[in-house]
Amino acid sequence: MENSLSREDGRNARRELNRRRIAAFALVIPLLVFIFFAFVAPIATILYRSVYNPVVSDLIPETLAALDAAEWDRADVPPDDVLNVFSAELSLLAQERLSGRLAEEINRAIPGMSSVVRSTSRAVRRMEQDTLLSEGGQTLLDANDRWGDVAVWRALQDAGAPYTEDYYLTALDLQRAEDGGIEARDGARIYVTLYTKTLRIALIITILTLILGYPLAYFLANAPSKSANMLMVFVLLPFWTSLLVRTTAWIALLQTNGVVNSFLMSIGVINEPMEILYTQTATILAMTHILLPFMILPLYSVMKGIDPSYLRAAMSMGGRPIPAFVRIYLPMTLPGLSAGALLVFIISVGYYITPALVGGTDGQMISNIIAFHMRESNNWELAAALGSLLLAIILLLYWVYDRFVGAGNIKLG
Amino acid sequence: MRYHSKILTTAAMLLASASMVQAERMTVVSFGGAYGAAQNEHMIQPFVEATGHEILFEDYSGGIAEISAQVQAGNIQWDVVDIEVIDLERACSEGLLEVIDHSQLPAGVDGTDAADDFIPDALASECGVGVIVWSIVYAYNTENDGPAPQTIADFFDTETFPGPRAMRRRPQVNLEWALIADGVPAEEVYEVLATEEGQERAFASLDRIREDIVWFDSWSQAPQLLNDGGAAMVQSANGRIFSAIQDDGRPFEIVWDNHVYDLDVWAIVAGSDNVDTAMEFINFATGSEPLAGMADVAYGATRLSSAPFVDPAVNSNLPTAHLDTGLKADGIFWADYGESLGERFNEWLLNE
Repeated sequence: MENSLSREDGRNARRELNRRRIAAFALVIPLLVFIFFAFVAPIATILYRSVYNPVVSDLIPETLAALDAAEWDRADVPPDDVLNVFSAELSLLAQERLSGRLAEEINRAIPGMSSVVRSTSRAVRRMEQDTLLSEGGQTLLDANDRWGDVAVWRALQDAGAPYTEDYYLTALDLQRAEDGGIEARDGARIYVTLYTKTLRIALIITILTLILGYPLAYFLANAPSKSANMLMVFVLLPFWTSLLVRTTAWIALLQTNGVVNSFLMSIGVINEPMEILYTQTATILAMTHILLPFMILPLYSVMKGIDPSYLRAAMSMGGRPIPAFVRIYLPMTLPGLSAGALLVFIISVGYYITPALVGGTDGQMISNIIAFHMRESNNWELAAALGSLLLAIILLLYWVYDRFVGAGNIKLG
Repeated sequence: MRYHSKILTTAAMLLASASMVQAERMTVVSFGGAYGAAQNEHMIQPFVEATGHEILFEDYSGGIAEISAQVQAGNIQWDVVDIEVIDLERACSEGLLEVIDHSQLPAGVDGTDAADDFIPDALASECGVGVIVWSIVYAYNTENDGPAPQTIADFFDTETFPGPRAMRRRPQVNLEWALIADGVPAEEVYEVLATEEGQERAFASLDRIREDIVWFDSWSQAPQLLNDGGAAMVQSANGRIFSAIQDDGRPFEIVWDNHVYDLDVWAIVAGSDNVDTAMEFINFATGSEPLAGMADVAYGATRLSSAPFVDPAVNSNLPTAHLDTGLKADGIFWADYGESLGERFNEWLLNE
């Protein structure tokens, strides 16, 4: 048998293949770089922030070292020399105007400590380091008797650990007990409730978009092209309108003396205006409207590709309409249905602006609390932990979906 | 070639003219809306005309998150910021703001020394100079049937005064009012609120009207809710209601009982490149006349010497005319308990 390709040809072919691969990769590089800087890097930083908080360990390293050196047992107020070291460090912080950062961190563990730290730092600010190192502890106790409370020193040592899982515990309504175990949190327990509520609202919205979108997509796919195109414009129109405008339009529609209430009252369905705006119903209504195109478009593109003769064949062989639809048509639309449902669900889990504007109290979702911690309470670490957990929940759901339905089944068009 | 040289000459001329005037470019940030417009008219524009400096006037929605992010990243975009005193203490002690030397503030137009001319609260912090005294009040629509509410207790009395109440969704002011309505004297409110029993008492008091509360997130929603019937009484910044009455002729009435007043100050972001220009601006903007301009939107001036420039007809609408019935918002209390009460408040909202 004669080899028709020489070694030379093989090398050339390989070289050509490599060249193409490199060219293809070079084309993707800009996108990879963009994704890295705009997506991977920020998310990684946030994930890291939720477990790494070096603020206190950077601010008072010597106090923390002194606590370790004294082998403090956490049962009583630390010995005087530790208090002296702390007073000296606090004085330095006050001079550099950084004591507020320490105050904020301790206040997070023991509300009310912020003003104690700040007023004490004012008291020691102008004192000599030497004086403080020898008798600063007494100055602390004189400035405020809270420094004689062992809980404050425990909080100080806990906050001094740069790596911590505390934020994740808080995000799950848990806390670390004094004996090292994990227990339900003393303070507000809201986050687990909010996660379940967010998932429930997202599920309701997905189901609603499905109920509304499926028949519409079917009609669009099977209508004569002229009217189908016309209707398609109506589906896409909201896409081209600003999200804020659409949400504000819902405010005008739903408010107490708004369009919906006035109409219902004028035709005599209700006697008093209903409270719809600033409720969970408003969140669900507005988000269903806003996310509807994400359901319709994948469904439409899949349905468009289904040959109508399959359904006709089923009927002509004696299938009744409903079984024919369920057993022949529905399975064929499953890729579009999966894609639409997944898109709507994942987008709505992280939705922020619409619930914030129309949701009132009970229409708030987890993203609104994350925003609260980013913007108002300045607890970025907790916000990061809440966000990472949300990401983990979505990945988990995606994994479950992949196991049972199969991610390869998704078809966007 | 000729084209290029033309561009070069133009650029050179621009550079030359820029260096001749020595004009600085700086960013001033405030809350926008009618308030921002009044500041633009009475502070920003006159300053630009008088000095030739260029000012970029931007809006933000308060809080210290953005300032904190800029300072921590070392990327300072803002120079002068209008900050609520409730955030000032925290921003100042975290080193986010420059220290301002109050002794170099100019005297009032009547010659009074700055230290005596400013009200004491205006110079209480080393990081700021007071701009306005503003207040959180409640207002009702006079076209509604029934008796006219007059006190905070009336706001919490849904039997005598039925109808929804609109409140801003946050613990601040709401908890103070809840305690006052429950019989706590105004001067003891913060003391009581610092205790566990006091906090429970405040939430229990809010609980009694919870079914009637409509929550909102931005002050701009307040007059709107009162107008479209979404609420019978609304909590609001006094200026918003004032402009709804004055400019839009709405039939609203302000109740000044136990209003919670606070100050806004001008502050300089730490690490700003334009500290000198920023200081020049603050000195100008907190002069007697520019401060009096804030009465346009019903906010009180922080200098006593501004009084003659304020229209006497407007005077009774300013928080400064009602300080005897008011409660000063306690910035130190809220720096201590803002986060913990914020969480507790969120929990209370969710557990309906």
